[in-house]
Amino acid sequence: MTTARIPLLHRYANPAAFGRLSSQILPWTAGVSAILLGLGLYFGLFASPPDYQQGNTVRIMYVHVPAAIMSEVVYGLMAAAAAAGIIWKHALADLFVKAAAPLGAAFTFICLVAGSLWGKPMWGAWWVWDARLTSELVLFFLYLGYLALVDAFDDPQRGLRAGAILVLVGVVDLPIIKFSVDWWNTLHQPASLITMSGPKMDKSMLLPLFLMIGGFTTFFITVVLMRLESELLARRIRAWRTASGDE
Amino acid sequence: MSAAFALFLHDLKLQFRHGSDLVAPLAFFVLAVLMVPLGVGPEPNLLARLAPGMLWITALLATLLALDRLFQRDFEDGTLDLLALSPMPLELTVLAKVAAHWVTTGLPFMVIAPILGVMLHLDGNSFLALEISLLIGTPVLSMIGAFGAAVTLGARRGGALLALLVLPLYVPILIFATSAIAAAGEGLSPRPHLLLLASFFAGGIVLVPFAAAAALRNALE
Repeated sequence: MTTARIPLLHRYANPAAFGRLSSQILPWTAGVSAILLGLGLYFGLFASPPDYQQGNTVRIMYVHVPAAIMSEVVYGLMAAAAAAGIIWKHALADLFVKAAAPLGAAFTFICLVAGSLWGKPMWGAWWVWDARLTSELVLFFLYLGYLALVDAFDDPQRGLRAGAILVLVGVVDLPIIKFSVDWWNTLHQPASLITMSGPKMDKSMLLPLFLMIGGFTTFFITVVLMRLESELLARRIRAWRTASGDE
Repeated sequence: MSAAFALFLHDLKLQFRHGSDLVAPLAFFVLAVLMVPLGVGPEPNLLARLAPGMLWITALLATLLALDRLFQRDFEDGTLDLLALSPMPLELTVLAKVAAHWVTTGLPFMVIAPILGVMLHLDGNSFLALEISLLIGTPVLSMIGAFGAAVTLGARRGGALLALLVLPLYVPILIFATSAIAAAGEGLSPRPHLLLLASFFAGGIVLVPFAAAAALRNALE
């Protein structure tokens, strides 16, 4: 097989190879995502105890925290893909950035809305201007800026490349979001999941949280693969049209 | 290096020949600030509280005004292609353009800001911090703005897009600059905020030319 000699990264730059792999993975991630989200919601809403201070509002966490994690992870993945696209001219990497961006924006939006709904009963305010909230809001605008930029060029390839550069510049916001709760004295609580001394949460709450994080992740993979496939098909249609002189 | 300096002088000369290019951002800065007392009322304590933020927010918006022309004219008449072909690295071209942009926006703002500060009853201790924050902060605005102008070069509806891309990146500059001025007004040291601002300057001057030059190459392909 000749494919064995091509590095893994580049093997799936071939749209056909990617399409085969993707259509094999898709049903699995879709199924796993549905199961995890269903279980996570059941455990999160019914089979886990209310918090001793926050009562039932703590259940917002099972949506807010996974969405917040995904908002950063997706941007990180987009930045890595943007770098790969610029360095190796990896065709699929540029498309991945575009495919992932609306999802990242949606996760960020869900995180902000859920956080706001949680903030009202706990802090007494829908919104406070602390560092965590502000930097997450900036992340949301970075996603929106990317989405606006990518579509603003007549040549789609040029839009993808300009967007990739923007994504790489915006990456400075990620560490600021992550460490804002440590660097500044914020109203937002500091990290309680990934700490030096392990999670600071009871197992009964960790279970639904991890189920939901898994569910969000597999949901993201599912939709990104679908978006990539449709983008590749749209490209092929465009190529045919140009070849047959319709445009 | 001398080529970059020549380009810088050339850009300045062009700006001065088109006098309106030079005056428009400054006039916007002054007028927008003067709208504040008319809008919120002339009460001195209130104005003094608002002054650092208002001065800086209008400075951000005023730098945006001159940005879309930064590369546009050279892009349209082909000068940018020649600059890209010349032996001078495109990164230096970016720096020369940034310097010219700063001289025609940030520098006049620095000159006029103390007068506006007086009109807004800015606290007497804050003036030095205001000047230093403008000195360190506005070049960073020009750098980030140059990146935004480069990345939107050749895009449809460039102007609105530019604001959408650049303003979120301006956030840290605005926060630390106004914190420095406010701290000085309360009798605290503005030094930590100004040092953070200086770190943005140091980081920006190293990284922005590369990002902007990459975006320019993409536009010229």
